[in-house]
Amino acid sequence: MLQGSPRSETGGALSIRSVGKVYDPGGDHVVALEQFSLEIPSGQFCAVVGPSGCGKTTLLNMLAGFESPTSGEIVMDDEILAGAGKRLAPGADRMVVFQQGALFPWKTVLWNVTCGPVLQGRLSPDRAEADARAMLARVGLEGIEHQYPGELSAGMLRRVEIVRALLIEPKILLLDEPFRALDALTKSVMHECLLELYDLTRKTVFFVTHDLEEAIFLADRVVAMTARPGRIKKMIKVDLPRPRDYRIVSSERFGQLKREAVDAIYDEAKKAFEAGEREFA
Amino acid sequence: MRSSSAFVRWRKGLNWRGAVAVASFILLWQLLVRFKVPGFETIPTLSDVFSTFWTKYMLSAKYWKAWAVSFERVGYGFVISQVLGIPIGLLLGTRQMFHDVMFSVIEILRPIPPLAWVPISILFWPTNEMSIVFITFIGAFFIIVINVHDGVRSIKKEHLWLARSLGASPWRIFQRIIIPSVIPSIAVGMTLGIAVTWNVVIAAEMIASDTGLGRLTWEGYVSNTPAVVILGMISIGLAGYLSTKLVDYAEKKMMPWRKA
Repeated sequence: MLQGSPRSETGGALSIRSVGKVYDPGGDHVVALEQFSLEIPSGQFCAVVGPSGCGKTTLLNMLAGFESPTSGEIVMDDEILAGAGKRLAPGADRMVVFQQGALFPWKTVLWNVTCGPVLQGRLSPDRAEADARAMLARVGLEGIEHQYPGELSAGMLRRVEIVRALLIEPKILLLDEPFRALDALTKSVMHECLLELYDLTRKTVFFVTHDLEEAIFLADRVVAMTARPGRIKKMIKVDLPRPRDYRIVSSERFGQLKREAVDAIYDEAKKAFEAGEREFA
Repeated sequence: MRSSSAFVRWRKGLNWRGAVAVASFILLWQLLVRFKVPGFETIPTLSDVFSTFWTKYMLSAKYWKAWAVSFERVGYGFVISQVLGIPIGLLLGTRQMFHDVMFSVIEILRPIPPLAWVPISILFWPTNEMSIVFITFIGAFFIIVINVHDGVRSIKKEHLWLARSLGASPWRIFQRIIIPSVIPSIAVGMTLGIAVTWNVVIAAEMIASDTGLGRLTWEGYVSNTPAVVILGMISIGLAGYLSTKLVDYAEKKMMPWRKA
């Protein structure tokens, strides 16, 4: 499974069709997302940036099947995943790496990363363990299999969590500001680690963040969102060559892309700030 | 392991200071009594207590029976409160219907102190023994129910989402996510509960029993033998300490992922 298959076979093409989400329609009527449409081809790394409260996390939760849209529909490979009035349908084909982290603290690292394929009945425990060890080793985590999550550092936890999500072999990986709580140095190591895993598996990635540089460094495409209600402000195609490493951040093209993105997002950040949001997030 | 040797060093430091403090306390006590400081005229010294223990109680079946009886009451009250309280807390947290029906009842009964149940308990239960166990049970019951209920409500939604993404059935989710998530809350409920059961059992024994460590202490008072009062107090303290250690041990076994 570490070889990764060519893009066409993996599936995971996402189509978000004029999706809207209104919280508490009868009462406060908070419009989190409005007429949001986006096509993500199979295997693309798509980053979504926007001010806090713009509905990024809501969108991700709808893609995952944890919340349902109030209008529009979400389609993956011709299959309708979510739509207004449809039942919530979370599935192993879309794995989420959560902002706060969601490893089971009462289980060892090995159990945490192998539980998916084993519970699905897709792999035998031995096979799953072998795969898990191989992928943990890839991201520099050898010999921690029998430790509990509480014994690991924040950076290690995030890596374990990404490995867990990938071992479940989803078609899409959904990441909700996974590196938010990390220090700058750990964060840049994590970025390279994530890119290595991405180059290896070429899953479709939907990455939510408030960090522009992070988005440009990682993604094929950056979608800048407006302040609430969330709509698309600008799409930026990131044409930096892969594989990328940290040096690319100081390249001229990176600077241009960043300026473009900042211009697009600055007004929105200001709007959100004036609307009383705590931070640009 | 490095962390355990750090723990040992910490323990050593603590013991050294702790020993000095305990010695000073005993010395001060001895001096206050020796010099008949006002208020201390009738208080025995620690050595009086020891000699009373040594000569009259160490080999007395009645004394050890008092230990056994109190432990039995605490044991029954505590275990029954957990056996009933944990499932009720889980039901309150997971079943809306059950919550709607039961929660108000529980909230009305909960603020009533366990000792306020003594008279009604004596009237209701056929034997004194049962009423004491019942009062002890009340002491720990509401604590565990509320803790487990809170534990269920604070389960991370991400854990539930993840389980659903993997296609886990509701029963699987209950077994694999809800139960382990709630274990730390059960542990908190147990720690608080065992302390309360000792408080309650001692008071209940003084009011409504002729056996047990609480009764022993009270008899020391009415028979004007203050050394026995203090022997009773020390025994109760030890008994409480021992049962806390027992509960701590059980909690460690319940949560192997929490070290030190």
